[in-house]
Amino acid sequence: MAILTKQQAQDILKKVLSYSKSDSCEISLRGSDGGNIRYARNAVSTAGQISTMSLAVSATYGKKTGSASINEFDDASLEKVVKRAEELAMLAPENPEFMPLLGPQEFPVSPTFNSKTAAITPDTRAEMVGQSLKVIKDGKLEGAGFLENSTSFNAIMNSKGLFAYNTDTDVSFSVTVRNQEGTGSGYVSQSFNNLDKMDTLALSKIAASKANGSAAAKAIEPGKYTVILEPLAASDIIENMFRGFDARSADEGRSFMSKKGGGTRLGEQLFSENVNIYSDPMNPDLPSATWNGDGQLLKKTKWVENGVVKNLAYSRYWADQKGVEPVPFGRSFVMEGGTQSLEELIKGTEKGILVTRFWYIRSVDPQTLLLTGLTRDGTFYIENGEIKFPVKNFRFNESPVIMLNNVEALGKPVRSGNVIIPPMKIRDFTFTSLSDAV
Amino acid sequence: MKRKDFLYLTGMGMGTLMLPNLSAFGNPIDPLQALDGVDVRLKKQLADVALNAAKSKGATYADVRIGRYLNQFVATREKRVQGVANTESYGIGVRVIANGCWGFAATNSMSTDAIAKAAEQAVAVAKANSKIQGEPVQLAPQKGFGEVSWKAPIEINTFEVPIKEKVDLLLKVNDVALQNGATYVNSVMFAVNEQKYFASTDGSYIDQDIHRIYPTFGVTKIDKASGKFQTRSSLSSPMGMGYEYLNASPEDKVQGVITRYKNRYDMLEDVKFAAQNATEKVTAKSVEPGKYDLVLDPSHLWLTIHESVGHPTELDRVLGYEANYAGTSFLTLDKWKSKKFKFGSDKVNIVADKTQKGSLGAVGYDDEGVKCGKWDIIKDGVLVNYQAIRDQAHIIGLDASQGCCYSQGWDDVQFQRMPNISLQPGKEKLSVDDMIKNVEKGIYIVGNGSFSIDQQRYNFQFGGQLFYEIKNGKIVGMLNDVAYQANTQEFWNSCTAVCDESDYRLGGSFNDGKGQPSQSSAVSHGSSTTRFNGVNVINTARKI
Repeated sequence: MAILTKQQAQDILKKVLSYSKSDSCEISLRGSDGGNIRYARNAVSTAGQISTMSLAVSATYGKKTGSASINEFDDASLEKVVKRAEELAMLAPENPEFMPLLGPQEFPVSPTFNSKTAAITPDTRAEMVGQSLKVIKDGKLEGAGFLENSTSFNAIMNSKGLFAYNTDTDVSFSVTVRNQEGTGSGYVSQSFNNLDKMDTLALSKIAASKANGSAAAKAIEPGKYTVILEPLAASDIIENMFRGFDARSADEGRSFMSKKGGGTRLGEQLFSENVNIYSDPMNPDLPSATWNGDGQLLKKTKWVENGVVKNLAYSRYWADQKGVEPVPFGRSFVMEGGTQSLEELIKGTEKGILVTRFWYIRSVDPQTLLLTGLTRDGTFYIENGEIKFPVKNFRFNESPVIMLNNVEALGKPVRSGNVIIPPMKIRDFTFTSLSDAV
Repeated sequence: MKRKDFLYLTGMGMGTLMLPNLSAFGNPIDPLQALDGVDVRLKKQLADVALNAAKSKGATYADVRIGRYLNQFVATREKRVQGVANTESYGIGVRVIANGCWGFAATNSMSTDAIAKAAEQAVAVAKANSKIQGEPVQLAPQKGFGEVSWKAPIEINTFEVPIKEKVDLLLKVNDVALQNGATYVNSVMFAVNEQKYFASTDGSYIDQDIHRIYPTFGVTKIDKASGKFQTRSSLSSPMGMGYEYLNASPEDKVQGVITRYKNRYDMLEDVKFAAQNATEKVTAKSVEPGKYDLVLDPSHLWLTIHESVGHPTELDRVLGYEANYAGTSFLTLDKWKSKKFKFGSDKVNIVADKTQKGSLGAVGYDDEGVKCGKWDIIKDGVLVNYQAIRDQAHIIGLDASQGCCYSQGWDDVQFQRMPNISLQPGKEKLSVDDMIKNVEKGIYIVGNGSFSIDQQRYNFQFGGQLFYEIKNGKIVGMLNDVAYQANTQEFWNSCTAVCDESDYRLGGSFNDGKGQPSQSSAVSHGSSTTRFNGVNVINTARKI
């Protein structure tokens, strides 16, 4: 029951809308079916199968809005949830930021659904985890990992005739492999909407190789180093910057995108010339719905072009205030790169540090977007184009804005979590202390 | 509130947050609503359906959690209400052991057929996974308690306070901030009510009612000329209390260079100081990096305790169950077995306590039916114990669980979560003023800020809200750009003094994340003001 077809979703939404008496009404319906296996110490620790569906109604009189939700779907419950939202709306204070609802829109269908992924069973998951465990046990290593799949649908309808529906699938896998002595650790993580792309065996081999390769790391002095960030490490840091592409906080003077003396840095050369970032829900390697919860169309949007800030996100309210067109916040961010492989980037490096991933990244200063965090699961010293030895983990204090002004080279972009990003070579990256953690 | 639910609710439209299933404005209680909870007789019947179905399919153990989780969220900025969200989630989760392996299934469909099917699915999951399982699950014995109940000792149910009262308070808070020089202000009130029912094949039927509240704000001051901005957050703490938390009397206030709060909170007073502090911070001196003696207020120290003591003493981390996400721990079993691992100085006594009144972690029974208690974690500086649940107890030689099992909802499987972990006050009389008097070169830090720690909990870096420079026993002014970096063991061994119990206060985390899929839990950490000598302080100022 949790995954409704477009027609089934539309039928329920129409029925709910027929109960509405308010000036305007928005309804949202979503459901998901999924399961997971978590394993550690080379055995399954927890596993589950979860199915949910819920409906939310938002009713508005003038600028007074009330909302209610329910997870029961008989007619009486559906009628009750509309009535409750309307009662609340009549009692609510006016929201000066309320924007009139959008009318009907055409939304292209993004390739977010994959039938093979949707057909995953507990046995499929057990088999995929079994392959990972075999690599780990054969290597006399210790593994902990997580495999999760879900199929979900989302639909919205409003009283101005807007309707949107999307269904998607996702399968995610990550594993940490450690040696028996606890002196080496490796990690991989991947997400796809297509099960065929997920190879838990091959991924586990990479993590196992990193676990062995990172054992007995040497301590080297913290300081400024040229770093090569694997795509995972790069995405860990750069993702923290995307949410700063917000016009309102920039206009208000409380963002790294704020300009001294007022206004935003839109149009400024804020990064190196080789930095290009866009979002595109239709990207086949990272598809996402082509509409947001507001009912706005999401399309390919350039955020940074040749280092220049090309767009900031404007909510419908803020765009109205500023007299510009709304720019919905992007999904499926892509940072462009070059053609070099990670190995080629390493080969072209005289002295540097290779970083597998970062961990526990937190904002230190929102004004400069200074972040702190640590390297984890495989950090290596590079000399004369070769990996020489593993090094102990570092704490860094660095701003992605400074980092993207120090770009030496960008490799070939790949999907890492929910972004597509290249491995990157960055000069003068600031490590501030050493960590004993493995 | 779960993060994914919050994103869902706030994603629907600008300012139109979802308000499910609860009366919000005006009338405080809607008789149709969930405040009275589901009839306990019905819950027992439904639980028995699941337990029987699981057993009939071959489960050797089963437990059932029927939960109704209510969340309320009121958000404002400056002169307007951004949103009010009430969420309700009701459903059932069934956990089983079959073929020696765990399985779990959950559904929001509460018919007896759907519940029986969920129990069967849980058994099917366990059996599928038993093919790749190593050792069978070993559960510490737990007697059944029969039909029992526990209620948080609140005075005022936050959900019964009209939304209007909360909106009025928050808008007044914002007004005070703006009157006192703030450029922007956001204020928020969160409330949680967990109505949860647990039943197991051990013969327990446990009905519990848990409440949490978190009023908080953030003030921003922008200096247009320089383009610089500074923020100051609320010094409140999330609490396991009702709306009475907001009724502060003079004895709940700790006076000093800045007023801090004990068991109750004065939001209007704090925001006035916050606006003034944010303005002061714009022109405060940038810190000279180096070694300083730190005097840490409980409103700050709770987070350092949470990250550097709470997490590394979680037994699941020690054993490797969290290796793929939160990480492992430097507090390995050999250190505990030695009985002489000096985690900290002799002044450091840290207890785990699931019974502390008003704390976020207080419950009668945990989410696998274990009665809750209190125990030592660090005694006179030595590591003496961990935090365990039923399937781990045997690993550290315990014949019973310590009651640390928790799940954020009916649709997530329960696992080991942190109990309240608190630093015990000093035994000798010592006030904050007397502590500061003896510091030659130091920084007094109030409120929590930026935080980061490695995956084995060795290396950490913390910021704060307010930093006061101490010179020759006196506070001489405010500092900026301060963060301290340390190694956990060295840091706790540099603890030279802890103020007495008259200064003891709770801080806490309203949303502590752990596990895969990630779950949130709430936990308190108490302490008195504490001194640490010779800690490395860095300067965090940069130019972009």
